[in-house]
Parts: sequence; C-alpha cells; structure tokens
Amino acid sequence: MVNLTINGKSQDVDAPDDMPLLWVIRDRLGMTGTKFGCGMALCGACTVHMDGQPIRSCITPVASAAGRKITTIEAVGEDEVGRAVQQAWTEIGVPQCGYCQSGQIMSATALIKSNPQPTDEDIDAAMSGNICRCGTYPRIRAAIKQAAGQGVAK
Amino acid sequence: MSEFSRLMRHVSAAPAAGLLGASAAPAAGPLEPASAAPATSLPEACADLPMHGAPARPARRDWLKAAGALTGLALAVGASGVVRRAEAAGQEEKKYGGDGMPHGTVDDPQVFVSIGKDGIVTIVAHRAEMGTGVRTGLPMVVADELEADWDRVRVVQAPGDEPRYGNQDTDGSRSTRHFFQPMRRVGAAARGMLEAAAARQWGVPVAEVAARNHEVVHEKSGRKLGYGELAEAAAALPVPAGDALRLKTPEQFRYIGKQGTRSVDIQDIVAGRTHFGIDTRLDGMLYASVARPAVLGGKVKAYKAEAALKVPGVVKVVELPAGPTPPVFAPLGGVAVIARDTWAALKGRQALEIEWDDGPNAGYDSVAFRKTLSEGASKPAKAVRDDGDAMKALEGAARRIQAEYYLPHLAHATMEPPAATARIADGKCEVWACVQSPYGTRENVAKHLGMDIAAVTVHQTLLGGGFGRKSKSDFAVEAALLSRAMDGQPVKVTWSREDDITNDYFHTVSVERLEAGFDAQGKAVAWLHRTAAPTIGSTFVADAQGQQPFELGMSALNIPFAIDNFRVESVPVPAHTRIGWFRSVSNIPHVFAVQSFVAEMAHELGRDPRDYLLELIGPPRRISPADLSDGWNYGESPAVYPLDTGRMRHVVELATREAGWGRKLAPGRGLGVAVCYNFVTYIATVVEVEVGKDGGIAVPQVHVAVDCGPQVHPDRVRAQTEGACIMGLSLAVRSEISFSKGRTEQTNFHQYEVARMPEAPREIHVHLVEHGFDVPLGGVGEPAVPPFAPALCNAIFAATGKRIRSLPIRDQLKA
Repeated sequence: MVNLTINGKSQDVDAPDDMPLLWVIRDRLGMTGTKFGCGMALCGACTVHMDGQPIRSCITPVASAAGRKITTIEAVGEDEVGRAVQQAWTEIGVPQCGYCQSGQIMSATALIKSNPQPTDEDIDAAMSGNICRCGTYPRIRAAIKQAAGQGVAK
Repeated sequence: MSEFSRLMRHVSAAPAAGLLGASAAPAAGPLEPASAAPATSLPEACADLPMHGAPARPARRDWLKAAGALTGLALAVGASGVVRRAEAAGQEEKKYGGDGMPHGTVDDPQVFVSIGKDGIVTIVAHRAEMGTGVRTGLPMVVADELEADWDRVRVVQAPGDEPRYGNQDTDGSRSTRHFFQPMRRVGAAARGMLEAAAARQWGVPVAEVAARNHEVVHEKSGRKLGYGELAEAAAALPVPAGDALRLKTPEQFRYIGKQGTRSVDIQDIVAGRTHFGIDTRLDGMLYASVARPAVLGGKVKAYKAEAALKVPGVVKVVELPAGPTPPVFAPLGGVAVIARDTWAALKGRQALEIEWDDGPNAGYDSVAFRKTLSEGASKPAKAVRDDGDAMKALEGAARRIQAEYYLPHLAHATMEPPAATARIADGKCEVWACVQSPYGTRENVAKHLGMDIAAVTVHQTLLGGGFGRKSKSDFAVEAALLSRAMDGQPVKVTWSREDDITNDYFHTVSVERLEAGFDAQGKAVAWLHRTAAPTIGSTFVADAQGQQPFELGMSALNIPFAIDNFRVESVPVPAHTRIGWFRSVSNIPHVFAVQSFVAEMAHELGRDPRDYLLELIGPPRRISPADLSDGWNYGESPAVYPLDTGRMRHVVELATREAGWGRKLAPGRGLGVAVCYNFVTYIATVVEVEVGKDGGIAVPQVHVAVDCGPQVHPDRVRAQTEGACIMGLSLAVRSEISFSKGRTEQTNFHQYEVARMPEAPREIHVHLVEHGFDVPLGGVGEPAVPPFAPALCNAIFAATGKRIRSLPIRDQLKA
C-alpha cells in the first residue's frame, strides 16, 4: 500500500513498489491524460510534476512518489502558469494528434515556473526530452514564449 | 471526460434520439471509467423522429486493383488485407476520387446531421482523426453550408460503417478531397429542409426565407425561427434532390477557407481529457502484452509460462497462432500475457521463456541487402516508362553523370503505439481502436473471429498519430482474439514501444540509381532511373517483387521533365519484413533521388540549381498522367487532375523568391530547393542550412510553397506542412531501421532517433497558393514530407560542397 498525493488528493493505492507511477495513474486511478510513449524516459509523453519538478512517470517507481506532491495534466490548469500554457496552446493551435501534448504542457509549465522568461536555448534544453512525431515544435516554442509573456510566473 | 465520448454515451443512452436524421449519432458503449461525470441532457433535448432511408452505394474495395497487375494477377486488396482475385480489368467503368473508393461517398443529411429541440446541431465525423484536423474540418464544411453557429455544433465520431457513411479509409491524403463536396451537399440539403419547414409554417414562398446563423428568417415580415424550433418539422420533409440543392457561393462561406485555429478537440487535448485507443477503460477489463516473433515468418517453437504466471496480477498466458504468409493485416502470433494491469502484463511477459523458430527471413541483413539492391540497380531491368531511346541517347551523349542514392527502412513510431480493446458478449464483438480504417478493421476482426460483420462493432477513438501504421488493424484483431480467449471479458492490448519498432509495417528500403546524358551544348538528352525497393504488394502477395504502378507513380514515372529520352526501370527485389505505407510512401525515396540528381546535373553544368530545375520542368503545360505512366494518379481522374507544370513552376518560383534565393549567405550556410507533385498537390521546399565546423546541422528557416488547390482549413494546412517538414527532417538526419539476423537493430527512441525540439527548424514559413473553389482540392497530410530531405541535402551541398546520397545524414558531415 502506497500513500499518494495526486492533484491535491491523498489516497492509498494498492500497488507493488516497483510499479511505475505512470501505470498507477492510468490503470489503477483511471486518469488517462498522462500518456505512455516509450517506457524508458526517452519521449516525455508521461511527464508529470513531482514537488513541482517535471519527471518521467514511466520510470518512476510508485514507492518513490510516496509523500510527494504529484500533479498531472488533469490538474495543471488549476495553476496560473499551467492555465496560461493551456491558453497559449489553444490560441496558437499547437496540437495535431494531441497525444504527446500532455507531456509537452507539463514540461513547458515546469520550465516557465522555474524560469519565467526562457530563451530559445532554455526552451531547447527543457523541451528536448519531449518528442512530438507530428512535428509541432515551432508552435510549442511560440506558445511557450506567449505563455511566458503573460508574466504570470513568479 | 471528453466531449467526444460524453456525446457518444449520451446518444447511446437514447439510441432512437431523433432529430433531423434519427440515427445520425452513432451508438456507442461506455468509454469512460465509472467515476466519469454524469451525463447531461442532450438526448432529452432531441425530438424523436423517424429517419428516411439512405441508399447505400456499393463499391468494391479495389484500390490496389487499380494499381494493376503485380504477379500477373489483377488484385483487389481491402483494408482488411483480404486479397481477392479481381474480375478481369475493364469490366467496370473506371471510377475516380471518392467514387472509386469502397462504398464511395454518402451525402445524405439524415446520416450526418441531427438537430435537437435545444438547437444543438450534431454532426457526424466519419473519418479518423490522427492530427490532420479532419474531425473539425469536414463537420465545419457541413456547418458552413447549414448556416450553423459553430458554438452550437457538436461533433460525434462514427463507428466503422461504410455502407452508411461512405468510405472510411483515412489515408492517401484524401478525406477532404473526397468529402468536401458531399459534406457541402449534406449541409445545404439540411439547410434547405429547415428553410422549407419555416416557409411552410409561415405560409410564404420558400424563396422569401433564408437560413442565417442558426435561424431561418423572413425578411419581409421580420419573423425568425431557430433551428431547434424547426428541427422536428424539417425532419418530416423530403431530402432535397441533388439538382434542387443550392450550394453557397464561396463569398458566402462562414468557416470554409477562413483563418483560425478552430478544433473540436483542442480543449480536451490541453486538459488531458481525450480518448485515444490506449485510453479505453471498461468494467472488468484485463490488460495484455504480447511477445511476438521478432522476425517475419517466425514461430513459437516452445514456451514456458510458469514464471510469468507467478507474477502478481497475471491472469492467463495464451498462445496466438503464427501469422500467415503473406502477412496481410493478420496478427503475427506469439505468446500473450493477460493481467490485471499493464505493468503486470509487461512483467509477466518478461518472465516468459520462449524458444523461437525464426523462419525463412532469419538471414535478413541490411548491409547485405543494400548490396543486393545496388547490384540490382546496376543492371538493366524492366522498363516501366520508356520515352524515346534513353540507352542509345546515353551512349551518344557528350557528357554523362550518374549517382546512386540509398534510403533505409523507417518505422512510423506514432507517439501512441498501437492499442485496442475488445469484448465479446451475446455473440457480438465490440472493438475500440485507434485505427485509420474502422470499417476495414471490422471486416478484419469478423474474418478472424469467424463472425458475421453485422456482429462486429468498431468504435473509432482518436489516434495518437497514424502516418499509415494504423491503416493496418492487426492489433485490433489481437484484442478480439484475446477477449475470446478470456470468454469475452474485455481485453486491452497495448503495444510497447519496442513492439512498435520491432514489428512495424516498415517503410520500404531502396536504392535509386540515376543517370543523365547531355549533348555538346549541355542540353539533357537522356534520363535513366532504376529504382530497387521491396514492394508494399509483398504484404498482400507472397514473394511479390517489383514496385507496383501506384508506387512507381509516386514521383518515379510521373516526372514531367522536358527530356526526350526518358526511361524508368523497376528492379524486382524480395521483401524480408512487413512493408507498409508510410506518410508519402514511395515519394520519399523517389523525390529524394530525383531532386538531388537535378541539383547534381545543375552542378555538372555549372548552372544555378533553381534555374536548372525550372528549365527541366519546362514551359507551363498540362500533361495527362496517362502519358507518363499507366495513368495512376492517386486515384484521381487524369482529366480533372492533369499534371500542371505551370503550377509546379509556380511553387518553385514562390518558395525560392520568399526564401531570398540568390542572396549572399554567411560561410557554412546554404540554400537548397526541391519540388514534387504528390497526392495531386504541388509542393516546393527551400531549406536554409547552417553546417557548423563540427559538422552539426541547424536549419534556421524553411520556406514551403503549397499548391493544394483551395484550402478548407488553412491553419491546418499550415500545421500539416510544418509537421511534414519536421518528419522530413527526422528521416533526413536521424531515422533508420536496419536489420541483422532478421530483426531490427533498433528497439526504442534511443536507437530509432527522431527530430527533437533543439534541431527543429527555427522558422517554417508556409506559403499557400490561393485558388478559387472551382479548382479541385489536393491532398494535404502527406505531400510536404518528401521534398524536405533533398532540399536539405541540396542546401548542404551549397554550403559545403559535400553531396549526401545516403540517408540518414547523421555523422556524415563530421570528421
């Protein structure tokens, strides 16, 4: 039994310690916004926040998430920066198929929260772990700049 | 919960919920976990009305037949992979466009539109959404002709049912091309019925009323009725006949052709509420992971399940029978582990002990096969186009150049790996899957279960990328077979990334050898192109060799260059893995070779590559594809879609002008251009490259000129073009699938590399050629992929003098 705090809600989950957080979130808790892409932390589709830091939930054993604050795509809009990112994504029309975008938005939100005015190089560094096979990178870059330009990050 | 699935569930709660078109909204099962929010009141808002019968248009699933003889037979290949010996060619009048597809097109408003008493207009999207925006675009066309207020439009997704909706094979860049006019007629017919209902109610001539933004108005009296108020009366009226329809003039369009990022799914995407194939959750659902043979034709010799069964959560281990030869769209077979969650299934699978018989393809080796291709391309082969006498002209040429190009296999690597869920109850099978061909999937599942197709339902989810991979429904059949093995209990099969990359239907591998001869004045007098690549036909016919006309017709045969002696030869070579179509298909190797070679010819002559390309294209003229090949033209009529060299010239001129062709560049920088005609669209791409001292490549900007006829949703045309450039960059710079001992040497994204943010072009400028809606539509999803790689390599040559003839580039510029 592991106690998890996900999106502000504390709950006990019956899962083996080595089960990746991704599968706990998706299969046990039924929250399917966080995506599976590679299982090896290579593509970023599974990105969630743990204590505010972006992590790849596909390689994070659930036991290591015990007692930490987890935020997923379903709740990122409750955060002012996350909401600005979602809004920029919508206005610029970033997504194509949309599958990787949960992870992209989680990485982008974490970036702006830690670095309110990211440069192109900062964006490259923060987003290089998130693959988009549809090729939305130029719009992601533009949307990050637009969201950062709102100045909501403190 | 997504709007998509919520609406589907609402409708299923009241399947007779009738509107204008009683059963327009497809039925669906539960798509969401039990914790989902309660349904709201759409069905209650609906009037309960009978529907008019919709005539089905039978059509045969015969696109490969149109491609012609492969092994001397004419073939009909369905999306299910069923290969039938077709009747002798020519028995039927040749059909083109949507009419030439299985089940053709349907334009009955009763099928696609319903209107509730609350005025909510529900429009059925029947094509698969994989990122092109078609689930928005086609309903938007209906809404426009219907004069519906987009804010009061809801879109529901059709299940696989082609007799009802028309063709649903979402590939070939043809959804909008084939269904733009039918969807206009759907909207216009529904509008006509609403207008007629209002006129009847007011007792005025229908000519005096007009639908305008979700209501019908009578200007003379100032009376108005909302669509919700008119729905019931309108539904009782006959559907206007085709010749009685009044389509809008383009000046009257509200949404079609307008800017804006409109998308019916975007709010759900940014909030994580979408339903992809991998997201299906059903009560009592089990999760499966399948160990498949790594080599095509491989079989399980023996296996031990004891250790797997000891993994907590594992429920059962099931052997799936080995796949057939040819592989068609059947599962590959193997051993499945069924468990209470995905993690347990994956761990159980790791614990399986399997002894494989690798079978006849165990020796497949990419290094050796490249030699096979190259040797084949060095010898004369069967001519598939032979204008003049190229061999004689080459012999007599004052100068000759030749070059050989190599492009490896590619994996689609959709970000969502294949995933499907099935359950069987009461003699019926329901499938939820991220497939590009829901009806073909239904046929395929029915065939493998031995069920009547009427007993199979395929619910279409969103696709996390498709690119051609998800036209093949092998994974949906796996789910159905495993559900049956569990007595019908719901089973979800999720492919791991390793499964996806190991067992894809791979883009073909090819060697393209080109040779040109010039006369003493430097005029090109001979062109010889030998193309050697395993054919997609091998997936449907055992041992098929030699590219089919539809593959050769992708930029090998239909090159409109003004060269009198023009010969294309197709080298027969075997396939040793599953070959499938990958976004832009054979255009990728052919355009890379042809457009690289044109630049090499220009260099040989000391000419500017853009000027020389325009010279080879020649003056503006309209050429029938039938004069260049057997007439295959992406399924379109050669008369409606001639190859127009004026349009081809124009995109070259537009892209090069916008890119500032000829301007002085900093050291290490270069510009390259490439053009192609593919999916009846004309695309020219200019890449600016910066090659660093370390051999690293950066792309500061790209200019793409797109002539796809008029654009229905211009922002999505731009988005598709941008994305296609980045897919082109991936295959140019990074991606390769290679085989050793019959299996891929790559298993995940650390080995099968694709473009990431830092190397994406900093700017992609898409220039859309404007046309009126009298010009027929071209394809959009695929066409911008092929020209990127040759434009990049031509730019690299301009920057460094180094010619890249083998993809991917990777470290070729280093050291």
